[in-house]
Amino acid sequence: MTEAALECLLFIAGEPVALADLARALQSEEAEVEVALRSLQAGLTERGSGLQLLRIAGGWQLATRPEYAEVIGRLLTRGGSKLSRAAMETLAIIAYRQPITAPEMEAVRGVSVGSVLKTLLERKLIAEAGRKATLGRPMQYETTTDFLHYFGIAELAQLPTLEADAVPAAPVPAEVITDGRPLPEPPDA
Amino acid sequence: MNALTSASPETTAGRPPGPPAPQFHIPNFEGPLDLLLHLIRAHEVEISDIPIAEITQQYLAYMEMWEALDLTIAGEYVVIAATLIEIKSRMLLPQAPAVVGEDGEEEDPRAELVARLREYQIYKGTVETLRAWEELRRELFFRGALENADDYILPVPAGEANVQQLFQALNRLLAEAGVEDKPITSVTPRRRLSLRMKMAEIVRKLTHAGPEGMGFESLFVLPCPRYDIVLTFLALLELLRMQRVRADQTKLLEPIKVTLIPELQEGSPR
Repeated sequence: MTEAALECLLFIAGEPVALADLARALQSEEAEVEVALRSLQAGLTERGSGLQLLRIAGGWQLATRPEYAEVIGRLLTRGGSKLSRAAMETLAIIAYRQPITAPEMEAVRGVSVGSVLKTLLERKLIAEAGRKATLGRPMQYETTTDFLHYFGIAELAQLPTLEADAVPAAPVPAEVITDGRPLPEPPDA
Repeated sequence: MNALTSASPETTAGRPPGPPAPQFHIPNFEGPLDLLLHLIRAHEVEISDIPIAEITQQYLAYMEMWEALDLTIAGEYVVIAATLIEIKSRMLLPQAPAVVGEDGEEEDPRAELVARLREYQIYKGTVETLRAWEELRRELFFRGALENADDYILPVPAGEANVQQLFQALNRLLAEAGVEDKPITSVTPRRRLSLRMKMAEIVRKLTHAGPEGMGFESLFVLPCPRYDIVLTFLALLELLRMQRVRADQTKLLEPIKVTLIPELQEGSPR
C-alpha cells in the first residue's frame, strides 16, 4: 500500500524528502506518488492524527499540528530565538533580489548589514553565492533550503509579490494552517 | 543601530526611590530611512509629497533627542540628515537653473530620496508577512535526523552535484588510475603544466562538447599521473567556483555531467 509505505519513508527521514526521491524508493511514477501523498495528507486529518503532512522546503515532511504546540512546549524546551527586525528586513531583501551583495543590501536599507549577515549565515538562512564580477569582487548571498523551512514554505515562488505603496496582507503559507487540505498549486509549480 | 534601541544607563541609574519614573518611549528605528517613513506617515502624506522643511526639522529633533540621551548616533543618520538639509536648501531656491534635468523638465530635488524610500518601504512591507509565517511555523515541530543511524544514509537530493559527490568521484578515479603501486624510489618529474592551462583545456573540451556537456570521468585522460588527475580536479573546482561550468547529477550514483555555462552579459538581470 503506497500510502503506508510513504508514511514510513516520511517518518524515518529527518528532513523534507523530494518527490523524486520518494518515487524512486517506491519504484513508481511521481504523479502517482503525488496522488498518494495528497491522500495520506487527507487521511491524517480525517483520523484526527497529531501529525500532518506538509509540502515544505522543496519536499514533503511530517510535522506536528499547530494546536499541539503548547503541549510540546511543556515537554521540550524551545531553543532558537525569533529573528530581529533588522534580520527580517535584510532577509526579505535577499529573498527577492538574490544573489545580492552586502553593499546592494545596504543601499536599500540605509544601514550597514555586516552583523546581520553574520547572524543569518550562522543560522544557515542564507549562504554565499559566489563573487560578483564587479570592482572589489564582493561576495553575493542567496537564501537556502533552511530559509524555506524556517518560514514553512515550499518554494520561493510563494513569497508575496512586491507591491509599491501597499503593505501586503499576510497570506497564509501554503498548507501550513489549512488542516492539510491541498491548496491550489502556485502557477509555476 | 542597536545603540538606539536602549536608553543610556544615566537616564535610569541613581534615581531616588519614590513614584515610578516617567516612562520614555523611544521608538525603535531600523535606520534613517525607517525614521523618515515614520515621520512621513505621521504627516499622512504621500512619500512623493514630503513636506521637506517640517520633516527635516523633526528628523533633526530626533537626532538632538538621542544626543541629549547620550545615545550614539550611527553615521548613516548623519548622512541622511545632510541629504535632507541639502534638499531643503535646493527647494528654497526656486529659480536655480541647476535643477533642470536633461529632458528640460524641472527635476524635483526630492526624487532620489523618494525613490529610495519607496524601495525600502516595499521590502519593509514583506517583513510583516515573513513575521506571520515565522510565527505559524514556530507552532510546528519536526523530527530531527536520526541519531546513531549509521545503517542508513539519506539520499543526496537530486539535482546539482555537491563537493562530496565530486570528491567521491575523484577517489574512484584515483583508485582506477592505480597510482599507488609505484615503487617508493620512483622520481616524479615536475611538470610544466599550470592550473590556468588545465582550466583552459577543460573549457576548450567543454566548448567542443557543446550543450550536451561531458561526463566527469571523460575529462580525465587515463592512464595519467596522479598530478594530472589532481590538477584537472582542481581546475574543475576553480571553474565551478567561477561559475564557468556546472556539474549535474540527475540520479543518485549516476555519472556526473559537466557543462559549460554560457558567459552572461555584464549587468543582465538575475
